[in-house]
Amino acid sequence: MIKVGDILPEKVFYVDRAMLKAYADASGDHNPIHQNEEFARSVGLPNVIAHGMLTMALVGTFITDWAGGSSNVKAFSARFIKPVIVPADERADLTVSATVTEVVGDCIKLDCVATSAGIKVLGMAKAVVTL
Amino acid sequence: MINPDSVGRTFVGADLITVTQSHIEAFASAIGENDTSVAPPTFSIRISLSQYESILTKPEIGVDWTRLVHGDQKFEIFRPIVAGDCFTCSATIESLRVVAGNEIISVRSDLHSGSELVVSSWSTLVVRG
Repeated sequence: MIKVGDILPEKVFYVDRAMLKAYADASGDHNPIHQNEEFARSVGLPNVIAHGMLTMALVGTFITDWAGGSSNVKAFSARFIKPVIVPADERADLTVSATVTEVVGDCIKLDCVATSAGIKVLGMAKAVVTL
Repeated sequence: MINPDSVGRTFVGADLITVTQSHIEAFASAIGENDTSVAPPTFSIRISLSQYESILTKPEIGVDWTRLVHGDQKFEIFRPIVAGDCFTCSATIESLRVVAGNEIISVRSDLHSGSELVVSSWSTLVVRG
């Protein structure tokens, strides 16, 4: 029985440059700040950063995995508060967890926490799922 | 600067956008999603963001896309997107404000399949000053 306060088991995702390229191709978002280190630095970023929407999509897989598939996700929102920084030949972690905040019938609300290198990267990350 | 007269305008894409199984599989594969029976919850950004780019970079609106960052994102999914869906996409510029020299644009995207509203989403886009 799912109840308010339940904590979903933490999962760690890894983000590397190959994933950024695959996401750029699949999403059509080819902004060079997600691919080209020189360009990223030229606009004041510390290095190449992941697409905010990739970060959100990975949290999405955490939710769909728990909820039994993508069909069960009814709403999903997040603020992009800090970037996930992805140096060449390294992988950045994205550590995700979630807490059940409301249960009404088969409708469950989740608050998600996503960090990379110990820094919170998403704010107000919330999902509504039906089980 | 974005043209303030554009606030409140809705732009309806001229083309129908067809979702294929290979679009869903490529997106799912890139993010490690195992379920490809329907589109992942954030899949529709692929459609909405490209429409925002084509609208907001029009000369009469005037956003510099290279200075744009994504501030926040919200989806309401009335039913999952599936392969074979054929959408009209409308985008509305809901508000514009300037904070500390950055332009903050709130936009909304509605994907309809015929008369059925399938996904609504809201994005805050920040054009760095």
